[in-house]
Amino acid sequence: MRDLIKFVALFLSALAFASVAAVASAQASETLPGLTLLSEKSASKRAKGIEQLADSGHPSAATILNAMAEGDLYFRKRDNQLFIATGSGDAFVLTDPVSLDEVGTASGKELKKVRVNNKLRRLIRGFLGGLNLTHSDAKVRLEAASNLLKNPDPDQRTILMKALEKEGDDSVVRAMSLAIAAIDIRPEVPQEKRIAAVTTLGDSDASEVRALLTPLTGDAENDIEVRQAAIIALDAVEDRLVLYRAIGGVFQGISLGSVLLLAAIGLAITFGVMGVINMAHGEMVMIGAYVTFVIQEAFRSAAPEYFGLSLAVAVPAAFLASGMIGIGLERSVIRWLYGRPLETLLATWGVSLILQQAVRSIFGPTNREVGNPEWMSGAMELAGGVLLTYNRIWIIVFALAVLFGVWALIRFTSIGLEMRAVTQNRRMANAMGIRSARVDALTFGLGSGVAGMAGVALSQIDNVSPNLGQSYIIDSFMVVVFGGVGNLWGTLVGALSLGVVNKFLEPVSGAVLAKIIVLVAIILFIQRRPRGLFALKGRAVEN
Amino acid sequence: MKSGSSKLKRWAAAGLMTGALSFSSALASAQETIKVGILHSLSGTMAISETTLKDAMLMLIEDQNAKGGLLGKKLEAVVVDPASNWPLFAEKARELISKEQVSAVFGCWTSVSRKSVLPVFEELNSMLFYPVQYEGEESSRNVFYTGAAPNQQAIPAVEYLMSEDGGGATRFALLGTDYVYPRTTNKILRAFLNAKGISDADIMEEYTPFGHSDWQTIVSRVKAFASEGKKTAVVSTINGDANVPFYKELANQGVKAEDLPVVAFSVGEEELAGIDTGPLVGHLAAWNYFMSVETPENADFIKKWHAFIKDKKRVTNDPMEAHYIGFKMWVQAVEQAGTTDVDAVRQAMYGQKVKNLTGGVAVMNVNHHLSKPVLIGEVQADGQFETVWSTDGVVIGDAWSDFIPESAKLTADWTYPWVCGNCEKPKFAASY
Repeated sequence: MRDLIKFVALFLSALAFASVAAVASAQASETLPGLTLLSEKSASKRAKGIEQLADSGHPSAATILNAMAEGDLYFRKRDNQLFIATGSGDAFVLTDPVSLDEVGTASGKELKKVRVNNKLRRLIRGFLGGLNLTHSDAKVRLEAASNLLKNPDPDQRTILMKALEKEGDDSVVRAMSLAIAAIDIRPEVPQEKRIAAVTTLGDSDASEVRALLTPLTGDAENDIEVRQAAIIALDAVEDRLVLYRAIGGVFQGISLGSVLLLAAIGLAITFGVMGVINMAHGEMVMIGAYVTFVIQEAFRSAAPEYFGLSLAVAVPAAFLASGMIGIGLERSVIRWLYGRPLETLLATWGVSLILQQAVRSIFGPTNREVGNPEWMSGAMELAGGVLLTYNRIWIIVFALAVLFGVWALIRFTSIGLEMRAVTQNRRMANAMGIRSARVDALTFGLGSGVAGMAGVALSQIDNVSPNLGQSYIIDSFMVVVFGGVGNLWGTLVGALSLGVVNKFLEPVSGAVLAKIIVLVAIILFIQRRPRGLFALKGRAVEN
Repeated sequence: MKSGSSKLKRWAAAGLMTGALSFSSALASAQETIKVGILHSLSGTMAISETTLKDAMLMLIEDQNAKGGLLGKKLEAVVVDPASNWPLFAEKARELISKEQVSAVFGCWTSVSRKSVLPVFEELNSMLFYPVQYEGEESSRNVFYTGAAPNQQAIPAVEYLMSEDGGGATRFALLGTDYVYPRTTNKILRAFLNAKGISDADIMEEYTPFGHSDWQTIVSRVKAFASEGKKTAVVSTINGDANVPFYKELANQGVKAEDLPVVAFSVGEEELAGIDTGPLVGHLAAWNYFMSVETPENADFIKKWHAFIKDKKRVTNDPMEAHYIGFKMWVQAVEQAGTTDVDAVRQAMYGQKVKNLTGGVAVMNVNHHLSKPVLIGEVQADGQFETVWSTDGVVIGDAWSDFIPESAKLTADWTYPWVCGNCEKPKFAASY
């Protein structure tokens, strides 16, 4: 009897629990129009779902669409229930898309991502543009307005006008007026309004303007006056663009120059000051890049929140690692070969192959991922779509800092003084009590260490693979020989001028021919001035 | 005691038996193995891509041996390292065929390495399985091309970009590394686009040296080219090493796939492994295989690969699948022919069928190219591709492109009475 009561009680409580669960799941599935369509297989059905969702005007619609574009929208395989999910592997945190409450967790195997392709992303962005125009954050509003400029949608015009009236931020006002102008240039709009829109667009430096105006300048445009206005506006835009592009070109040239400079500074010491033809120089750069990789891995696993600092740690670490290897190389191989350039060349080339294969055996032949910290990603827009990317700006700063540091070290420290003394007159330096063998090792270590620091910077823009160094060795020698052996300022001027010349040739001749032209020009230049741009003078050079 | 002694005897007998067995199997492996040559660069610039294929082949051979080998013999892999050095490829191929007497060779990546070994294979009448997508315009009696021909990759990809789903592009920037594959592919694409009514003014073609690392100018020029009022797409035949700096520059200059999609023919899972793909989501690649495709065959293949390479993070890619299909077909053809004789196996190869890892069945055609499905995928944040479009069935690989006038009339057919890879009229075996 007792058992029976127990059973009934159990049964009842189970029933109650089930009904509670049913209520809960009913709440979760309180659905918005279009929501169920999002998990459909066909892209056009999902597009319809997005449209219905956006038109519903529900407060969570923007969040759902945003999650979908970001790839955070999932559906559960067993019941097609939609969730916004964050996390990875076995631990996804599920958020109900309508109420935006956390509703539990799930493993990755139970969920399937709602697929988006470029077309859907464009669609979502267009709708988000309309929904975000009244967002509290000015940045979001600005992005929404510029999204509408990219995909002008006549349906959004009234929303735009309303938002414009309330808008207080200057840059957002400008972006919104542009977006309205982009809608107003359509052929259905009356003539005066169109011409006004064309003029508004023509005054702007936004990169989308050319794409909007160009179609109006062709034969497809029937209204002669609009066509005239568009031609004038486009001309003005193009004129301004010439200046911006020139600035962009100089920047790109300096940036390429700074990369060449970084790769060459180390060589300016080992080859320029010591006269060692070091074919393994590129591998020192490569080792610096791998040190960056190792340190970033350590940061990722130990302290991901400080990832932005990983490069700051990597710079001294790479200097030490490459420098130690350089000293080891000098002590074991190069010191036996001083005064025998051909043998040095062959021996260091062999060492470069050994180092490459060693790295390949340890880290594998494939590329390793080195991340860009937040402060090195993205770009600063100059105007008219001409961008200065942050990683390039930082590399220019870094290259100049390294150059200045090396110069100061050689100029002002006692070890620098000893280095100069040994290079200028080894026997006299010996007689003065300088241990020239130790100075040789330290000088070579310094050159290699600087190459390692270059590797940290290059890991930000190039492959981190065992072949990294090879691609820079020839350029480095070119810079040092062109700038004048034994002269740091020559290296600076040489690198920057090669970079700028290369970048201005590239659009005219193509990348392949530009490289050839620069190489031929350098060969001819060396024929005229065998000691490069800034030749050292005096007795030291003669012997 | 009695029972004990009989047990002892039994143990002894079993011991002897196994001893004898292992002895005989040792003999067999010493004398009667079928040698398979693996000709992939393990050092130098191409090691980055080719080392993986060497490992994939070793895995396939180990797997086949675990199933009992081939024709009752064990397979033996002969691995050589041509070191990314094109003339060395020819030397190593000769060494494999003449000295090692291998029955078939699996290898090469770049077209220039294939062109370098081609005369050797034809002279010594051996068999090469070439696993990489390439420019077509070739059909050799001694090569089986298991990668995609242009009509199985480039043409469908451009058609997709022009379709409504792909964004309806009417302007194309063709970027490539300066060598035979991009130049030939772009020649075919230009002819194809012209045929579709896209004028030369709307096509920009640009080549860069191998390992090009400074993409600032080209990316800004492409952006300017795209901002002239027509929907633009980029078709990239940029080779291996130059891709990472290219994609990094795209990301930093804020090129979004929704505005300016880039479709690549040489970028697979392996190449993406070196990049943070977050900013690249939505850019495209066209292949015959993606690691992300969910089929039981693919799940099994990935599981085996991870077990073999002992690293769960390693990815699989399209050329690996090409080797998988090529190797399986070769095994089937040898079993069918009952011999590893090159001429007999070649005849048995035609019509061989192997299940694709991505579904459907691959068939070897008489022009030595495969029928395979074409997939187009978008880059995801986790470095994988998500298929956004695929052909309904398989596409027959076309050795000679229909879009280049001088090759459109050529046929490749290596069965009787056609015994020619580039003929306009049938030639009879006797007169060849």
